[in-house]
Amino acid sequence: MNEATTEAPKLTAKDFASNQEVRWCPGCGDYAILKAVQKTLADVEAKTENTVFVSGIGCASRFPYYMATYGFHSIHGRAPAIATGIKLANPDLDVWIISGDGDALSIGGNHFVHLVRRNVDVQFLLFNNEIYGLTKGQFSPTSRVGTRSPSSPLGCIENPVSAVQLALGSGGHFVARAVDTAQKELTETLKRAHAFKGTSFVEIFQNCVVYNDGAFDAFTAKDKAADMQIHVEHGKPLIFGRERNKGLRIVSGALALEVVTIGENGVTEADILVHDETNRMLGCLLADMNEPEFPVAMGVLYCKPGHIFEVEIRKMVEAQTSHATTSLNDVLRQGHTWAVGGDADEA
Amino acid sequence: MTGSAIDNSRVSPVRQTLDSAVVRFSGDSGDGMQITGGQFTLATAVAQNNLSTFPDYPAEIRAPTGTTFGVSAFQINFGSRVIKTAGDEFDVLVAMNPAALKVELPGLKVGGILIVDSGSFQERNLHRAGYGADPLKDGSLEAYRVIEMDISTLTQDAVSAFGLSKKEALRCKNFWTLGYVYWMFDRDRQATIDWLKRKFASRPDIADANIAALNAGHALAETMETADGLQSYTVPHAPDIEPGLYRTVTGAEAMAWGLAVGSKLAALRLVFCSYPITPASPVLHTLSKMIEHDIVTFQAEDEIAAVCAAIGASYAGGLGVTSSSGPGISLKAEAIGLAVSSERPLVVINTQRAGPSTGLPTKTEQSDLLQALYGRNGECPLVVIAARSPSDCFEMAIEACHIATKYQTPVMVLSDGYISNASEPWLIPDVDAMEPFPTDLHQDGPCFDPSIRDAETLARPWAIPGTPCLEHRIGGLEKSFETGNISYDPANHQKMTDVRAAKVAGVVRDIPDQGVEAGPESGPVAVVGWGSTYGPINRAVSNLIDEGLSVSHIHVRNLWPLPANLGALLAGFDQVLVPEMNSGQFVKVLRDQYLIDAKGINKVMGQPFKIHELEDAIRAYWEAAQ
Repeated sequence: MNEATTEAPKLTAKDFASNQEVRWCPGCGDYAILKAVQKTLADVEAKTENTVFVSGIGCASRFPYYMATYGFHSIHGRAPAIATGIKLANPDLDVWIISGDGDALSIGGNHFVHLVRRNVDVQFLLFNNEIYGLTKGQFSPTSRVGTRSPSSPLGCIENPVSAVQLALGSGGHFVARAVDTAQKELTETLKRAHAFKGTSFVEIFQNCVVYNDGAFDAFTAKDKAADMQIHVEHGKPLIFGRERNKGLRIVSGALALEVVTIGENGVTEADILVHDETNRMLGCLLADMNEPEFPVAMGVLYCKPGHIFEVEIRKMVEAQTSHATTSLNDVLRQGHTWAVGGDADEA
Repeated sequence: MTGSAIDNSRVSPVRQTLDSAVVRFSGDSGDGMQITGGQFTLATAVAQNNLSTFPDYPAEIRAPTGTTFGVSAFQINFGSRVIKTAGDEFDVLVAMNPAALKVELPGLKVGGILIVDSGSFQERNLHRAGYGADPLKDGSLEAYRVIEMDISTLTQDAVSAFGLSKKEALRCKNFWTLGYVYWMFDRDRQATIDWLKRKFASRPDIADANIAALNAGHALAETMETADGLQSYTVPHAPDIEPGLYRTVTGAEAMAWGLAVGSKLAALRLVFCSYPITPASPVLHTLSKMIEHDIVTFQAEDEIAAVCAAIGASYAGGLGVTSSSGPGISLKAEAIGLAVSSERPLVVINTQRAGPSTGLPTKTEQSDLLQALYGRNGECPLVVIAARSPSDCFEMAIEACHIATKYQTPVMVLSDGYISNASEPWLIPDVDAMEPFPTDLHQDGPCFDPSIRDAETLARPWAIPGTPCLEHRIGGLEKSFETGNISYDPANHQKMTDVRAAKVAGVVRDIPDQGVEAGPESGPVAVVGWGSTYGPINRAVSNLIDEGLSVSHIHVRNLWPLPANLGALLAGFDQVLVPEMNSGQFVKVLRDQYLIDAKGINKVMGQPFKIHELEDAIRAYWEAAQ
């Protein structure tokens, strides 16, 4: 190329779409997420050649095929490990992990915990539909108690895992939540995730139209969303509701949140808690909120940078290699050596 | 050695010259027998003897003291002739307590020398070892030449000036004993003294006490009136040693260094991903110390993560290597299939141990061969090679890096607990003189075409993330040969299966023709081995040849694909015998591949073959064939 000075044309969302036919079920929430990711990449001016999508197994894990970037569709639950290896070999790549609730939290639960704990610089998108789709509808680790499925005909008796709480408990530095169809908020959250250096974990409530349709209607349906979701934003009061008159405050004398109504019982806007995304304990309280008692928290629940795994390794390598005093030949000759005959020198 | 503080000039006039000897140090797992053996190995190497060692330690980190299952041993065979095994029966057995005597005595030659610490033969220890009566007193050791000393007390006396606690003082027992054995075999103490000073640089009192113990043991041996028939020995320099600079090397060290050199020759960053497991961990430990050579080591959360991270590293343009032992390799199997399917380089080191399941973690076996060749789902061919000795691990690791990058395929290297821990002298190679084999990364657009394969190797172009215009998607799903996109087309799956198999089969081009290690190139009996049985087979066959038998030794390093001429070579023998530390795995492969009536000689005891076991078995077949 001799046109280095010519600026490359800005890529659009379409430029991030591969030529492959998307084959999710009609109406699947994955389409909306795909669209949001492609828009996000265009908005942040990502380069296709520098972007890698890694996935495990499941409906969501077909995602890389639909991106005009580099992609690796791997095996059950192991995308975090593959991604870690990619970052070890080349920390400059922009790596996105696409996973589902079974993939990330069941078969890959171990790798999920350790990726987050290490704070590898990747975006981890968990498509949570609370069901196994690709294997035809069995309950998943996020399915609610009582879920009837081919493998739990009398209702699931297992307690579900909370993805965001697991991420926080694993030492996560960026924990966020979004809804598949809420394009604007989803794209904003993905941009925040992309900007964050370290593991940015985003749980996306994703509707499975075939096996668990409407699982999240209680807080995502058009008539419910305003009252049953709260979009948290750093520095802004935790206010929600159709009338924007509901809010969260700390229960007096207890480490707990409560929903209050502004204008009732003497509650004013000044009483409402202001979101501090660097407050880990607040992040945990927000992650713990479940409907119907509480609104479900969306947006960046917690964000506080920390040491990045591959950056620390690279620093160590660079510090050591820059002061390297030995060659591989020297390594082989360290310790006790002896010469036999000839003119070999004894070390 | 110049500048030595030790006067070695007073060599006993009665020293008997030996061409080789086997010494085994045994004691409680806290007695420092591995260190003692390691130091004896160093002193023996300095004395320019050929040698081979066998560290044999218990699975328990610290079993209850004085028990038979806590016995730790280190065996060394050394001599002025070619040494290829750690030896069968021992000429000298050091037993630091009754339990060690109980466990190890069966291996001592009749008439061999037994050195015991009588100070440890108290009733409690005897009882713990399962002795009803004191073997030092009941006449049961009459067949041996027993040197009975109260080493515990002698050591305490020797170190009394250093103000150590009784416990610390008794810890010097092993160096007292080592001093004694050094005198017996005319070994120089200086290298050990230097080592102690380095090792205990921060505790000079401990260093000095151990040195005093070493010297005291040596002095006592020199001055004491030994029992009838006891002598001191000289084992002359080995005359047939190739000139050059030497060191001792374990298989684990050689493997690690081979990987480091192999990745350097491939001009790739080594990304070594592993999960701790006995006996594979020393490879991780060795490479973890080599960060200044741009080597990244990753201790993963489990075996599956380790292999997946290695695959990710290779995908992104590094050389991904993972290392484990049998049980860990089982866990990695699915991901190895992914590497085969996605056609990227990957090196998998399998330091085999005795199984199945957890088996005997500290004991050796060769029972992962069929797992290596066939242990994956689907048609999943793998290049499999095996190291035959500690130093050979270096060569095989480099070969694995070469094949993996050239053919863009996973390669498994089989080692085992024996050669990984064992050490031998090694003529140190010159890395700078080795031929590099840099891999061409694909750079040319305008788009990635996965149907482009190297005409000879069938390797797909290696286009790594970060390269403009070559964006593409790969994975474990079957891919179209033409486009690389997902394909469920039946004919395409057949074609891709055939291509993957042909690619691996084509590695045969890079495999030298199989040679014969000893004996004629055709004849009545071929003994075919692979891996760490090299030493015992070679010695057994050589001994039988010396007896006048026509026996040949063939040792296969490339297990898949097999060398091109192997079938024709084996056809030239009336009998093919295959000794293996398993129930007959390679013999199955040879029968399958060449339709020959090969027969197995098998041992699954967690211990290497003894030379005489192989001699007896081969002789029996030979005689039956006459």
